[in-house]
Amino acid sequence: MFPRFVAFASVGRRALPNHWDLIALALIFSGLVAIVRGVHGMALPLPSPDVAPVDLAYDNLPYYALRTTLRMFAAIICSLIFTFLYATLAAKSRRAEIVLIPILDVLQSVPVLGFLSFTVTFFLGLFPGSVMGAEMAAIFAIFTSQAWNMAFSFYQSLRTVPRDLQEVAQGFHLSGWQKFWQLETPFAMPSLVWNMMMSMSGGWFFVVASEAITVGDTTIKLPGIGSYLAVAIDHRRLDAVLAAVVAMLVVILLYDQLLFRPVVAWASKFRVELTASQTVESSWVLRLFQRTHFLRMAVRPLGEWMGSIAGLRFNLPRLPMADQLGKRSVSLGIDLVWFTLVGSLALYCAWNVVQYVSSELSWPDFWEAVGLTLITMLRVVILMALATLFWVPISIGIGLRPRVAETVQPLAQFLAAFPVNVVFPIVVVLILRWSLNPDIWLSFLIIFGTQWYIVFNVIAGAAAFPNDLKEAAANFRISGWTWWKSVILPGIFPFYFTGALTASGGSWNAAIVAEYVKWGDDKVQAHGIGAYIAQATEAGDFPKIVLGVAVMSVFVILFNRLFWRPLFDVAERRLRLS
Amino acid sequence: MLNVPSKTLLDVHQVSQRYQKGSGEYGPPILDNVSMKLSEGEIVGLLGRSGCGKSTLLRIVAGLAIPSEGRVAYQGAPVSGPAEGIAMVFQSFALFPWLSVLDNVELGLKALNVPKDEARRRSLSAIDLIGLDGFESAYPKELSGGMRQRVGFARALVVHPNILLMDEPFSALDVLTAETLRTDLLDLWNEGRMPIKSILMVTHNIEEAVLMCDRILVLSSNPGRIAAEIKVGLAHPRNRLDPEFRQLVDTIYARMTQREGSKPAREGSFPGTGIGMALPRVSTNTMAGLMETLNGAPFNGHADLPHVADDLTMEVDELFPVAETLQLMRFVEIEEGDIKLTPAGKRFAEAEVDVRKKLFGDHLLAYVPLAQRIRRVLDERPTHSAPASRFRGEIEDYMSEDYAETTLRTVTNWGRYGEIFAYDETSQAFSLENPQ
Repeated sequence: MFPRFVAFASVGRRALPNHWDLIALALIFSGLVAIVRGVHGMALPLPSPDVAPVDLAYDNLPYYALRTTLRMFAAIICSLIFTFLYATLAAKSRRAEIVLIPILDVLQSVPVLGFLSFTVTFFLGLFPGSVMGAEMAAIFAIFTSQAWNMAFSFYQSLRTVPRDLQEVAQGFHLSGWQKFWQLETPFAMPSLVWNMMMSMSGGWFFVVASEAITVGDTTIKLPGIGSYLAVAIDHRRLDAVLAAVVAMLVVILLYDQLLFRPVVAWASKFRVELTASQTVESSWVLRLFQRTHFLRMAVRPLGEWMGSIAGLRFNLPRLPMADQLGKRSVSLGIDLVWFTLVGSLALYCAWNVVQYVSSELSWPDFWEAVGLTLITMLRVVILMALATLFWVPISIGIGLRPRVAETVQPLAQFLAAFPVNVVFPIVVVLILRWSLNPDIWLSFLIIFGTQWYIVFNVIAGAAAFPNDLKEAAANFRISGWTWWKSVILPGIFPFYFTGALTASGGSWNAAIVAEYVKWGDDKVQAHGIGAYIAQATEAGDFPKIVLGVAVMSVFVILFNRLFWRPLFDVAERRLRLS
Repeated sequence: MLNVPSKTLLDVHQVSQRYQKGSGEYGPPILDNVSMKLSEGEIVGLLGRSGCGKSTLLRIVAGLAIPSEGRVAYQGAPVSGPAEGIAMVFQSFALFPWLSVLDNVELGLKALNVPKDEARRRSLSAIDLIGLDGFESAYPKELSGGMRQRVGFARALVVHPNILLMDEPFSALDVLTAETLRTDLLDLWNEGRMPIKSILMVTHNIEEAVLMCDRILVLSSNPGRIAAEIKVGLAHPRNRLDPEFRQLVDTIYARMTQREGSKPAREGSFPGTGIGMALPRVSTNTMAGLMETLNGAPFNGHADLPHVADDLTMEVDELFPVAETLQLMRFVEIEEGDIKLTPAGKRFAEAEVDVRKKLFGDHLLAYVPLAQRIRRVLDERPTHSAPASRFRGEIEDYMSEDYAETTLRTVTNWGRYGEIFAYDETSQAFSLENPQ
């Protein structure tokens, strides 16, 4: 049911020529460099914003949890607005699409935690000495973890609206605005909602990471669970860490029951399918709401108001279709100007980045970053392999038993949403206690939070495995290794792929926090690009951050292109059971 | 059937449509120089097999597509986009699954800024008229196919169009449901209860056209031209068993299997010539089945097409490509609505599997240029293998990407059956080796 919506939409897209990726890379990183340079102009170090100190008393936790949750919602609203604007522009304008989509593709491969230092600097610069800047920085950090896949899914939906429905909209004279709300948005809704929910799940991780951050001499601790945790770590209070874990569990449970499930159940009505589906998502909250007359009455005016706005025409002068013909030469001319403009801007940007980084760093720095990225990549690959070997057989076992799957599936989804960085300190304590090798034992943290994506996708796959194929396999007495190799593994592969892809993306991000962990004054660090970036962030060494994030991004992009995309083709072409 | 000179609603004047190839050049025409008129008070049918451009013509009339040449005038004004007063019913129903029946019907009125109360009133009366009472709050996925298409009709009627366009509106429905819907629609039309002035419908079902239309325009394929105009003078309600009705159906069958003079009869069936010939997706099993049927009683090697179609419950659209493929490979002869097995066809029908495959392979190599071409390239190459992309590129010079894909798939399957070459899906390459 779920993996129908691949979270990483980029893989399914037709392979765009790679020079567009280079242009996108240049634009993004020069933007970051420009921000850092701009902020450098202001008086540094910035005065630390005046924030109420975080108190470790347990009864503060509900309030902190509330603040954290509010930040989440502010970010998701921003992401939604961004999605509507960005994806619509990309889908409606060919010229915009050619630039916007590679940028999005790169952005979602960039480990967003690396952004944190840039954005914090930027927002603090915007609102010097005010909490506002820090809040905006935190919200922006969460936004950067949520927006890209939502925008991608929306863009893809806009591009795949069924032709006959489009003709109805056109034939019955719907205006662009009406078409957007009556046809395009509803059509995109199931996949958008699913991606939004996955984004929210991923967002908890970032909210924890972004509430308490040190860039150079500036330390910010916004009231929230993340800061509570950071303070607990500084004070070496294991009980407070456990309290934060419990608080987080409660928050996510509430979020799952009160929001996630009702919204997913509601969004299922937008599915374009003309047979009633067998799997019906249900939610007790939604049922409750639909049964109460009073609440429904109270909300109705709001719904009607929104409906009437969606129904407005907002007539824009429409280009008569006939005019579009016979003007190829003019259009080609505009294309030429446009692409020259984009190309030269990208060149300028690339030059800018190289200049900035090379003014402070030399080739050895570069090779060091590459070497460290290779180590991190090795770590991600090995751990993904281990997680696969361990979880795939177990998940298949669970998925083939519907009763068990029913209870385990939501649990795995729940665990995937849990911000695993909350439990990091506990692991650090163990490593310190037994003097374990951090290069090995910290590695497990990378996969700790992301392995659940593999679990719940494979469970879903095994549960959806067609019964007649199961019966055929049994009938022909296929068992043992042959059964695994020829029956079930190919059957669940597309599902595994979705889970593994999400897990892999998340793991790169997790590396930034997992390779460098503190407990009071003790620091435990592994070798890797994540630790490199984390240390550079703490030291406020911007050229090194740019270098580290850039090298890591390039690796992630190459990894996606050279490894995941070919696998995706196999999954789509050969193994999709439909 | 009053002989009052009626007003022309729609005037299609010398319309041609070409598709654009990947390279941006224009390919051969889909529609070539088509002219027609639609007057008030008549139902006109556009009849042709798939790929003859009848749906394209309908979309041009609806303003959903712009012709490369020629013009369309609706009530004297040129059509340059979806015109008010023309509404369409779709083959696939095209209902918005997230809107209830009532909301789906109201949609077109909302776009016209009709006041809320009036929109509700008109929608309810359209729903009432079309027999959907009680289903107002249902969602499309709760409805059966027939009910869904009724929503499609209600949605079109509620905007009170002058012209109702119908794109094979009954072809996605089962036989019984389709018949009920046709009769209901005809009753409403004949009683003058629908707020429309005329109907233009696309169909590939000859009986349906004769049952419903006042005038039938038969379109030929490759390129799409109006090959014949047939007036249907029968009074409503029409009876399918009426000898006059049957006679008319037979005449149209003959008309549709007739070739235009210039082209040799056998090659004329499919668009393009030589390796650029677009092949339809016809399975070897269907071909074998048709030859067996023709060879057996009661046909004994000779039959007229309407009979065969009835016997096999196949529609023109399904039957013609099969028959014409067999004709291309010299297994049958088609003439004037009759189909006859050739000696090779008879031999095929009576042979065993291996002999059949050999015979099919020989004919494939002899009469299908693309199969010939693939085989020759494979023979010439020392490795005896060649990537599919090579041939795809070659035939895309002659046809659109979609057609090229279908053609290549078809020839692959035929070649596999005839064992003249092998194809490996993983490497996407043709070869001469059979898998071990």
